[in-house]
Amino acid sequence: MQAIFEFISDHQLMIYLIVLMIFVGVELIEKVPSVLHTPLMSGANAIHGVIIIGSIIVMGQAENLFASILGFIAVFLGTLNVVGGFVVTDRMLEMFKKKK
Amino acid sequence: MKLSILDFIYILSAFSFVFGIKLLGKPSTARRGNTIAAVGMTAAIVGTIFLNESVMVKNYPWIFGALILGTIVGTLMAKRVQMTQMPQMVSFFNGMGGACAALISIVEYDHFLHHSASSDSARIVILLLGLIIGSVSFSGSMIAFGKLEEKIKDLHLPAQQVINMVVVIAIVGLVVGMAGGYLSNPAFIYLILGLSLIYGLLFVFPIGGADMPVVISLLNSFTGVATAFGGFLYDNKVMLFGGILVGSAGTLLTVMMCKAMNRSLINVLLGNFGSGSTAAAAGKTITGSIKEVSASDAAILMKYSKRVIVVPGYGLAVAQAQHVCHELETCLEAEGVELKYAIHPVAGRMPGHMNILLAESNVSYDKLVEMDSINPEFKMTDVVLVVGANDVVNPAAKTDPSSPIYGMPILDVEDATNVIVMKRSMRSGYAGIENELFYSPKTRMLFGDAKKMMTELVNELKASA
Repeated sequence: MQAIFEFISDHQLMIYLIVLMIFVGVELIEKVPSVLHTPLMSGANAIHGVIIIGSIIVMGQAENLFASILGFIAVFLGTLNVVGGFVVTDRMLEMFKKKK
Repeated sequence: MKLSILDFIYILSAFSFVFGIKLLGKPSTARRGNTIAAVGMTAAIVGTIFLNESVMVKNYPWIFGALILGTIVGTLMAKRVQMTQMPQMVSFFNGMGGACAALISIVEYDHFLHHSASSDSARIVILLLGLIIGSVSFSGSMIAFGKLEEKIKDLHLPAQQVINMVVVIAIVGLVVGMAGGYLSNPAFIYLILGLSLIYGLLFVFPIGGADMPVVISLLNSFTGVATAFGGFLYDNKVMLFGGILVGSAGTLLTVMMCKAMNRSLINVLLGNFGSGSTAAAAGKTITGSIKEVSASDAAILMKYSKRVIVVPGYGLAVAQAQHVCHELETCLEAEGVELKYAIHPVAGRMPGHMNILLAESNVSYDKLVEMDSINPEFKMTDVVLVVGANDVVNPAAKTDPSSPIYGMPILDVEDATNVIVMKRSMRSGYAGIENELFYSPKTRMLFGDAKKMMTELVNELKASA
């Protein structure tokens, strides 16, 4: 229990940020037409690819073979998430541009 | 507190994510929004590699090797995928993100065991939560991917809920044990990994294929939350920011998708829909006869109509009939027929799926009319052409309380004077139920592959012009 309180007091700013971000996320999505749900989901999918930063840190600190191999795979998968996510979203949205 | 260049880049990246999502909410700015978020992401990645002051980043060849490999594979996959397969592609990439989060936790735990003398239980909990959510998201996404590819069938285990509960309790128990220092054997983390992967499978297996978009959206927000835990682990604000943003936006998106189908999220998650058992039990059998129509008769009927509404469904997507559909539109308009498309929010496999397909074949954006605005127009319509859609035009959703789709808003095609249903066979739709509409005296069936039959219609129209 003590550990949890300590943790909360150590990370107050982060916790404020989380609460705010939850509201921002909800606000942003609320009025989106259903036509855009799929591209939006795909775009959000690409954004959570920011996990790649964690994998780069893991890879960058790797000192043994175990960490290196897993780190390498993690960076690879993270890149797939980011690059694939943005490219797929762009392909979907390409269809929406006005053609007159 | 010193503001390094990296911190500054992270702030800009975080801003680009919020702004990107904001722009993604409008058709006219959506593409720009995606690009802005992508630029922000690239800046964050490059910054992390070169400008990190708190953590010495080394192993450059490994990092760049993985980045380049991932970029090539990811781009190829995303570029090659058919428009009809977009949903499973999103699911696949989401699974990759989840797996990435799980791997990070595993390596960090190993690192933690070797370098940390005191036990920091809060850190272990965060690490394990990232692992669990990431793994569930990974295995769940892979099953969703398989289901949309139609390689995996729905599976109902006996006492499914009980098994799920046991797995969850076991995971919680292990987390408490490890965080509290009771379980110190590092092998337990692999047990948690295994159980989480199994939970992901159990979670998605019973859910019907038609509900996969909802599941993918939910798993998407899971990965967002896993990312946020990663951000906590490294005290990295941009990871936390992006993760929570996707987590909350994704959750709301999931709820909105459920609303479009008039179902509750719980109902979707329990797999109470589109599964063999419920569908067979519910829904009354329909008696009556169906009437077939030839392509030439159908073409003539439409040619001499004033107003025609096309209702596209998954059949159109599977047959890749969107281009010939646009051709049909051009032919009919040359005859002075007014043609519109009625888009049901869940037509196809994902919200917006039909819009993307038809937009690909140059159908103008304002001809695609959403359900609520087109429903009153069916009364004044001479011919409705249903192309490979089924459940979204099933009147049982309004009339039969025992039907599994009862309560789902549908397109009121039966209000039109004539209905032509283009379908491959009498096989039922994704919900697995009979459709009364096919037996209505107004309805004519035009059996065949959507692309083939559309082409025949176009040829007939051209021949008679």
